[in-house]
Amino acid sequence: MDLSILIEKSVLVVILFSVSLAVAAYSTYAERKIAAFLQDRYGPDRAGPWGLLQPLADGGKMFFKEEIIPNASDKFLFILGPCIFMTTALMTSAAIPWGKSLHLFGRDISLQVANLNIGILYIFAIVSIGVYGIMIGGWASNNKFALLGAIRASSQMISYELAMGMAIIALLLTSNSLSIRDIVDQQAGFHWNVFYQPLGFIIFLVCAFAECNRTPFDLPETETELVGGYHTEYSSMKLGLYLFAEYTNMFISSAVISCLYFGGYHFPFIDSLNLPQNVAAIISVFVLFAKVCFFIFFFMWIRWTLPRFRYDQLMRLGWQMLLPLAIVNVLITGAWLTYFK
Amino acid sequence: MGSSALVLLTICGIAFAAGGILLSKALAKTSTNSQKGETYECGIPTTGTSFIQFNVGYYLFALIFLIFDVELVFMYPWAVVVKEVGMPAFVEILVFMFILFMGFLYAWKKGALRWD
Amino acid sequence: MKLLGEDIVTETGEFIINMGPQHPSTHGVLHLKIWLDGETIKKIEPHLGYIHRSIEKMSEKMSYRQFIYLTSRMDYLSAHMNNQACALVVEKALQVEVPERAKAIRILLAELSRIGSHLLWFASVGLDLGGVTPFFYAFREREAINSLMEENCGARLTQNFHVPGGILEDVNPDFQKRVKEVIKQLKDNFHEYDEILTGNVIFQNRLKGVGYLSKEDAISLGCSGPTARASGVVCDIRKSNPYDGYEKLEFDEVVLTGGDSWARYQVRMAEMLQSIKIIEQMIDNMPEGDIVAKTKNVIKLPKGEFYQRVETARGELGVYIVSEGAATPYRCKYRSPNFANLSAIPIAAKGGKIGDLIAIMATVDLIIPDIDR
Repeated sequence: MDLSILIEKSVLVVILFSVSLAVAAYSTYAERKIAAFLQDRYGPDRAGPWGLLQPLADGGKMFFKEEIIPNASDKFLFILGPCIFMTTALMTSAAIPWGKSLHLFGRDISLQVANLNIGILYIFAIVSIGVYGIMIGGWASNNKFALLGAIRASSQMISYELAMGMAIIALLLTSNSLSIRDIVDQQAGFHWNVFYQPLGFIIFLVCAFAECNRTPFDLPETETELVGGYHTEYSSMKLGLYLFAEYTNMFISSAVISCLYFGGYHFPFIDSLNLPQNVAAIISVFVLFAKVCFFIFFFMWIRWTLPRFRYDQLMRLGWQMLLPLAIVNVLITGAWLTYFK
Repeated sequence: MGSSALVLLTICGIAFAAGGILLSKALAKTSTNSQKGETYECGIPTTGTSFIQFNVGYYLFALIFLIFDVELVFMYPWAVVVKEVGMPAFVEILVFMFILFMGFLYAWKKGALRWD
Repeated sequence: MKLLGEDIVTETGEFIINMGPQHPSTHGVLHLKIWLDGETIKKIEPHLGYIHRSIEKMSEKMSYRQFIYLTSRMDYLSAHMNNQACALVVEKALQVEVPERAKAIRILLAELSRIGSHLLWFASVGLDLGGVTPFFYAFREREAINSLMEENCGARLTQNFHVPGGILEDVNPDFQKRVKEVIKQLKDNFHEYDEILTGNVIFQNRLKGVGYLSKEDAISLGCSGPTARASGVVCDIRKSNPYDGYEKLEFDEVVLTGGDSWARYQVRMAEMLQSIKIIEQMIDNMPEGDIVAKTKNVIKLPKGEFYQRVETARGELGVYIVSEGAATPYRCKYRSPNFANLSAIPIAAKGGKIGDLIAIMATVDLIIPDIDR
């Protein structure tokens, strides 16, 4: 392998890694500020100007908290749980194309860690492994609330994965590729998939909420029912990893939604400006981030507006509404593509 | 090329998770107290262990999921080529989906998707 | 790993979980022991006594002027109504006629407390079912009511404003204006409550058909207040045994026959509007005159047994006093609405889900210090 490619990828990985962490950290800040905005309050405003250092303070606090491992727990799995969840959350970002290629040092540098030709499957696979993080952590706690939370989490996440997969298949029918970069490039101009797959988009969005355990699907950690859900027994940095990984998941989900349905780094009129390659690449990154930020805001907006489902209602929605709808969506799309075209 | 970067990212992820836990272990003060290690159950000593045989309801969903997920994996490659192959591919998947959907309806009718 | 030991095999699905005393949805130190089968509740056993302060016993050592104020700490959201009950029982025993102005102020403040209490309940229903924002909507109006209370009674929560024979002090000169402001604010904003919670489909699905309490059960368990009225029991003390001039007022007793959490929700929402109606009738024609009837400095009740009940925000509060003719009660017993309403929870929640239990607890609206006293 070429050494320069290795360096290039390493730099990219480090940048991507830091950006994911930073976005996740500031999502916690944004969550509180948006909650405050929706509820007519100030939100955090003590640490630094406008409370901007709040995520650092929170993170620092996590490091200095005493770590308690319950006597009855399975120690090894107890520590392994949050590690798996965090690692998988960070790994999903690899398949997402963050922008057009840069042209530096006489080479084209693709702003994507790995242009996998099965990018969507990769993300699905990694997200599925993430379920283990919750399940192992909740089960190893040997706490009844945690156990209920963990079982709910895994049950819910696998259920919604199906409808999500079906929604994606309808999308794949039109795109003919499993590579996310191909899908994004097909949406150049204003051919966003959301206009061709509105039902698929809605199904995907709902499932993304469920996969991220966000309200109204935050059943695994319902504070009022299960105290803390699967992370009831967790403290210190291990709790921090769980919470942090959830925000990372939300960030990646927003990015995936933007890429699959909203044209990723493409924005209609910018493509026609004929900008120099590097400028266009940088603008494309910002375009994607603007879309991602909107979806993160949307996630939070919903969270602070809606009450949550009951567990059986959630399963019913997933299995008896979204899944049949998604199958119908696949069939309609398939029929349209093969019969009318 | 892609896979090496993936490995790198995975290593970064593991390093972050493990580093965070180790760092907090190094930084945080600890004090031992027999009550700290007790299982939290709203301040009441817990009755029995949580490592028990649990209600089957959750696992039914897992079983149905397993079937569907395998089917789903078959559909990904189909979805990618359906445009090229055209009508025959669609008819075939209709048959496939019909069988799948019958199974789904059976599970539905049997009450496996109901919660009680 | 000891997981592979024997204990894993012997436990066969008996899943007992303790909810409370430190649990986010019990609103206090209530301890529910729950037998679960998966998500389904097989049995519930409430355990009490975590916040017992022996208010009844303490009352026996206090004079008839003092013991009133202990009751503010029972159902702290209905402090006015609790005090009113105690003042009324003393007045009844002494056969004192309370001045009209004092009666009017009592009713006004009691109805304001009722609205404030229901607002807090609305806030906590939203919070329990996962919607945080309704909390802030309700507290905006509750804050206005609390400020009004503070201006006139000196306290925001545990108002101690009643004395035997009337009220402690006259209200501020701008009382009427302020009450009108508060009521206007509440009426203007009331549609927002419907928009954020009542009309929400997820919220309705969480409550409809959940936690059914039949009329017979409600009666036999002694439920009262909105909890019983949602099951079709006609039990408003303000209508059946009017006190302090409720008989002259025009308002409806809200009775629904649904019996589920959704009915309980609707009853409380409608009661807020009825309270507004009462306040609007009274506020423009408050009688002038004394605020307290003359009583002796040291009150001694005649020998005998006295009972008075009032309708608090949560139901029927009864004060039972046995007097030996001394300056302190011989025996004092409170029939608190929450204790009776608590017994509805195991019946209503049986066979439901954990999520249903939360909805039931939220809509039955328990105040734990009132259960234990």
